[in-house]
Amino acid sequence: MPDGQSIGVPILSADGISKSFGSVPVLFSVSMDIRAGEVHALIGENGAGKSTFMKILSGFLQPTSGHIRLDGVDTELPGNGQSEELGIVLIHQELNLAEQMTVEENIFLGREIMNRGVLDRATMRAMVRGYLDDIGLDISPEDRISDLSIAQKQMVEIVKAISRDARVLIMDEPTAVLTEAETELFFAQVRRLKARGTAIVFVSHKLAEVSAISDQVTVLRDGQWIGTHAAKDVTPDTMAQMMVGRELSDLYPPMNEVDVDADRVLDVRDLVAPGVHNVSFDLRKGEILGFSGLIGAGRTAVFEAICGLTPREGGSVAFDGAPANFTSVAAARDAGIVYLTKDRKEKGLLLGQKMLPNLSLFALPKFVKGLSVDRKAEDAALERAIRRFDIRARDPNVNVGDLSGGNQQKLLLAKVMECDPRILIIDEPTRGIDVGTKQQIYHFIAAIAAEGVSVVVVSSEMPEIIGLCHRVVVMREGEITGVVTGDRINETEIVRYAAGLKREQQQ
Amino acid sequence: MTETTMSTAKPSMLRGFDLKTAGPAIALLILCVIGFLLNPAFLSEGNITNLLTRSAFIGIIAVGATFVITAGGIDLSVGSMAAVIAGVMIIVMNSAVDTFGTGVTTVLIGCGCSVILGLGAGLVNGLLTTKGKIEAFIVTLGTMGIYRSLVTYFADGGTLSLNYDIRGVYRPVYYDSFFGLPIPVWVFIVVSIAGWFLMNRTAFGRYCTAIGSNESVAKYSAIKVDRVKTLTYVIQGLCVSLATIIYVPRLGSASSSTGVLWELEAIAAVIIGGTVLKGGYGRIGGTILGALILTTIGNILNFTDMISNYLNGTMQGLIIIVAVWLQRGDWGRNTSAD
Repeated sequence: MPDGQSIGVPILSADGISKSFGSVPVLFSVSMDIRAGEVHALIGENGAGKSTFMKILSGFLQPTSGHIRLDGVDTELPGNGQSEELGIVLIHQELNLAEQMTVEENIFLGREIMNRGVLDRATMRAMVRGYLDDIGLDISPEDRISDLSIAQKQMVEIVKAISRDARVLIMDEPTAVLTEAETELFFAQVRRLKARGTAIVFVSHKLAEVSAISDQVTVLRDGQWIGTHAAKDVTPDTMAQMMVGRELSDLYPPMNEVDVDADRVLDVRDLVAPGVHNVSFDLRKGEILGFSGLIGAGRTAVFEAICGLTPREGGSVAFDGAPANFTSVAAARDAGIVYLTKDRKEKGLLLGQKMLPNLSLFALPKFVKGLSVDRKAEDAALERAIRRFDIRARDPNVNVGDLSGGNQQKLLLAKVMECDPRILIIDEPTRGIDVGTKQQIYHFIAAIAAEGVSVVVVSSEMPEIIGLCHRVVVMREGEITGVVTGDRINETEIVRYAAGLKREQQQ
Repeated sequence: MTETTMSTAKPSMLRGFDLKTAGPAIALLILCVIGFLLNPAFLSEGNITNLLTRSAFIGIIAVGATFVITAGGIDLSVGSMAAVIAGVMIIVMNSAVDTFGTGVTTVLIGCGCSVILGLGAGLVNGLLTTKGKIEAFIVTLGTMGIYRSLVTYFADGGTLSLNYDIRGVYRPVYYDSFFGLPIPVWVFIVVSIAGWFLMNRTAFGRYCTAIGSNESVAKYSAIKVDRVKTLTYVIQGLCVSLATIIYVPRLGSASSSTGVLWELEAIAAVIIGGTVLKGGYGRIGGTILGALILTTIGNILNFTDMISNYLNGTMQGLIIIVAVWLQRGDWGRNTSAD
């Protein structure tokens, strides 16, 4: 197995690539060598130019200056995915599969095997089954894509790439939505591809994963090439520093102790809902309560049931001592409980609309004066939100879909905060955003809690749960397996509860 | 604040924006110039009044359709709904003659009946779509057939005619003028202003746009999605009933051929006006212009011998396709610029 220091001519190399959109430069002379049998991680904050660079590497964009060499020969890569024929495959973050078609149909889409003008389904199915067995993926070629989990869809994309004899596989945040177990399976597959001599480029915000899987790491910051290092020579901490360009010792804000006598604002007893069994916990004023556990442990379901998004089947919820049975999101919002979704693109923001209607949408009744919506109040709110949450947009009239992930997340936070909540529930506060913006979000959360708002942070990222929360509730398979406080909040303790190795009797 | 945003906005963006919203207005202007060049009588007061009155039916219905389409729905039943409402109105008024005579009371009973039927029919469409969780296209395709067959049944395959004396009392609602404009035009104006206000200035309009853009986002933003969607169909029903109220005195009759293809003309007016068929972006002003454009084409063909009047549908079809093609071109430019 090549050990990261392979020599010889790289399969694909970028030499002094610069790119401008109109008069706005986004990449400045970036170089990168991609070698066979090597995993090359590309890291950087949101807006550092990673996506643009990946698109240039795969021919979707042409560089303004600089050269792309394929097997050492200057090449102008064909656009629109034609580079796949040269063996360069880009797997987009938003997967590119036809949801209503089967695995087999997707894998052979556009290059179906024909026999006398008729689809040769038997051959194709056999080939796909071969690929699936090879990858160790337990699905059938006849399964519909819409029935698969996200991780399985990701694998299908990879199978598709393998079936096209990809020599260079470029993946945009492949692990962003995978659970730890799924990530392991995915990495096993990456290692197998690597052993076969495929070159792999992957982008990730999860630096621990980068350390675990990569041979080489290239860091971009503000469109500049900061450095390329052998992965074994750099720690996640140094990577983070290179990405941000400053020390990150203050990633998490100092923790404010909650007053022991603080009021209990939320008291949940024996809650039963789809995917939730007898969950009981409480929340105090000004507290940051973490909810940890594996993906699918029922954390989101708990809060969707509390906020009236899904029907409740049993148990009681008391808010300020009074029963709180919200049957609609609006009722929960009016009472002062808001839920910030983890899926900001599908459930959080209207991507085709501007910032203003997005910001005021959740709290819109507040902006109604007489019969109509008060535009001046909305303008003022937007100006305030941009300042308070440091939302950076080229111009306030851009569509929200064109903002970077970090700015979208800040806008989403601003949107729910417009309701002046007393309890804020944030599901995956920093999914898919860069470390600099993460730090900002953590400070916002701490500041919100310091104002007396109770915050629930649901997160699959252990460090942020540990760095941010006063108390951590751990869930597994729809039940609470443990609550850890104070010094006991550490990774091993949480993992034990999450994996079901330890369980505490609820009082 | 407003001033600074105005000055920092890029001029190219402003121009693109203007072109897109002004498109239907420019098209209407060009049509008027063509009409005038072909026959100067096109711009005579009589013809303009006639044109506006004719636009009123489709225009009023199309204002309702703008809400339905903006919220991501579709209502194919409006033409049949108008026919069945007209039929029931006539039956009710004719049978009310014995009790209430042939005066204004009877006409008001007929109108009240129309409004109740319109609201009810809209509610049925809305609830079947939201609570019944059936696609709007299917629901309204079904109710379209039901309403159409009901009016045929009520008329026993023939024509329902309004009592001759009531016709005399009701007639002014279509034929009389008020401050120089026919009453249907006034109704059109009031419905348009109310619709514009509702769409652009109220929380309800914002909710329609949000639901049409992304229903999940709307749900997570505390919007009562089912209620708002149902209301759009109720508004549509109300618009149909208003259009029917001013339509009935025109001929004083209803038959199975009343309101045929009105649903498509209404949807066409909405789309020509720049509202996006898949929802999320609605323009009442554009819809009104769209309705005027459709009527103007027919009107111009009446004025000239160059193209047969029988080709009215062809011309309208071409305009719809060209309008949507132009809109698409604009979207394309926006995305490639980013």
